Amino acid sequence: MERFIDLIKVSKVFSENTVVLDKVDLYINKNEFLTLLGPSGCGKTTTLRIIAGFERPTSGDLQFEGRSILNLPPYKRPVNTIFQKYALFPHLNVRDNVAFGLRIQKMDEKLIKTKVEYMLSLVNLAGYGRRRITALSGGQQQRVAIARALVNEPEVLLLDEPLGALDLKLRKEMQLELKHMQQELGITFVYVTHDQEEALTMSDTIAVMNDGRIQQIGRPEDIYNEPKNAFVADFIGESNIISGFMPRAFVVEFSGASFDCVDKGFGENSPVDVVIRPEDIKLRPAEDCRLKGIVDSVTFKGVHYEMIVSAPDGAKWKVHSTKQAPAGSAVGLRVGPDDIHIMKSGKLGFGETTGGG
Amino acid sequence: MSGGRVSSILKRVYVGLILLFLYAPIIVLIVFSFNASRSRGRWGGFTLSWYAEMFRDRQIMGALWNTVAIAVLSAALAGILGTASAIGINAMKKIPRKIMLTANNLPVLNPDIVTGVSLMILFIFVFNTLRAGSLGFLTMLLAHVAFNAPYVILSVLPKLSGLDPNMYEAALDLGCRPAPAFFKVILPEISQGIISGVVLAFTLSIDDFVISFFTKGPGFSNLSIIVYSMARRGVNPKINAVSTLIFVTVMLLLALVNKLNGEKLKS
Repeated sequence: MERFIDLIKVSKVFSENTVVLDKVDLYINKNEFLTLLGPSGCGKTTTLRIIAGFERPTSGDLQFEGRSILNLPPYKRPVNTIFQKYALFPHLNVRDNVAFGLRIQKMDEKLIKTKVEYMLSLVNLAGYGRRRITALSGGQQQRVAIARALVNEPEVLLLDEPLGALDLKLRKEMQLELKHMQQELGITFVYVTHDQEEALTMSDTIAVMNDGRIQQIGRPEDIYNEPKNAFVADFIGESNIISGFMPRAFVVEFSGASFDCVDKGFGENSPVDVVIRPEDIKLRPAEDCRLKGIVDSVTFKGVHYEMIVSAPDGAKWKVHSTKQAPAGSAVGLRVGPDDIHIMKSGKLGFGETTGGG
Repeated sequence: MSGGRVSSILKRVYVGLILLFLYAPIIVLIVFSFNASRSRGRWGGFTLSWYAEMFRDRQIMGALWNTVAIAVLSAALAGILGTASAIGINAMKKIPRKIMLTANNLPVLNPDIVTGVSLMILFIFVFNTLRAGSLGFLTMLLAHVAFNAPYVILSVLPKLSGLDPNMYEAALDLGCRPAPAFFKVILPEISQGIISGVVLAFTLSIDDFVISFFTKGPGFSNLSIIVYSMARRGVNPKINAVSTLIFVTVMLLLALVNKLNGEKLKS
């Protein structure tokens, strides 16, 4: 894979006090599906708008195949955008919306017609060419927006929370369709979302953002299994995050007990944050375990039960299991060395948090 | 029930009386513009001679021409100016936007006489400073543009704020340069607002007397000023014909504006 889009120390300051992006370094490979994931206000949409050319960074550089495109206006960049509310043109019908970009290029009308028809069939809207935009459902409008962008054969497609307005079932379908299209057409996708599940499902690479910085970048599995800090652990999936202490490598102490773990390199006698996913905790008889507690509550979640277990030290553990332990019962919590993820302590001031998620 | 019927009849009579009260003067005016007798108190038979005389009257026809010219030009200029301003105001942040909207509403609510006098003073001040120029066609045109532009802004703004905020960017994204992006994407979406604003401006321009009176020059008059001076000189049924003409034009234009806005609500 080659470096395709390169953001180099990109900062965006809107007024004196609001730093939206803080020296973001990020590169996107060719044909990659990269997702910018983070809570609202983390700077992910601004990053996208800088790549599209709608915002100019306060400092830093944006390169496309090794050349700076900062001074290129949006209409000259080899990217197309799918906007959150689609931004379709209501005075034009479906076909004219899709043909818009090609007509700007002054392409031959016959060729335009062929391309538009092909595109509409690709997004399952064959025969909808003459419909008015306002007569379409949200999902259909979404497809028109995709067709309108892809028909221009952009090298990069930018997507700003494009599925946010759709209902759950349609959203899941579109996730798979988008991923499929991206692989089929071989286009680089830069996708913005706050939905961690969406990001995990679709992406080759996820960049988790918060406070205008990239917190972690990597493959979905790596981000899920090895979160770099408490923010990522908390934002991706559900987590129990508690403070602990590492007397030496491969040993961690928390909740008044000592555990084997697979992490090292934090130094001797150093405070750390411990992340344990709720689904990694096994319920066992209390007498068999070093971690014990009383079940506070049980919630049925469909695939599993979610139980909140109060430990004697006051910590509340979130446990996911297909078997339920009734509220009020005493249980033991078993965690294996692989289930314990160690992070540098209090990197984002999450130090004392327990049972986040 | 008969009680219900009585009250429903009473309601209709009441509405009828109000309408009669509102429109009686105009009905009388229109009826008497067809009155063969010069008297304003007696019906002397139907005639179209006052209209014929009106169309033969050089002074009235000149003033009619001035009125139409001023109305067309001022509506067009106010349309361009108002649309551009509306786009600017729409792009503003909340507080400056509020300030601009209030500033825009002031001339709308300001009494015409104050607007008229202040414009006259401004023009004369500028002429005195430049030691050139005088009141006339141009000053009346500028005055009409000034009082019309706010109405266009008020008519275009709701259309703009109803647009998808990314629409213009979407056009740029698809390869459009800024100016074509505006004409291809934004203009078609707000055109109804612009048209109804321009028609309203045209109507208000035809309708205006007070501001025109203060900004007109010697020897330059529009219809409303002619009507005023004719009325001062005494009884002349031609006034009725001219007034009826103005009333019918304004009425038709207002109906057009309402129709445009009604369609806007439906879509």
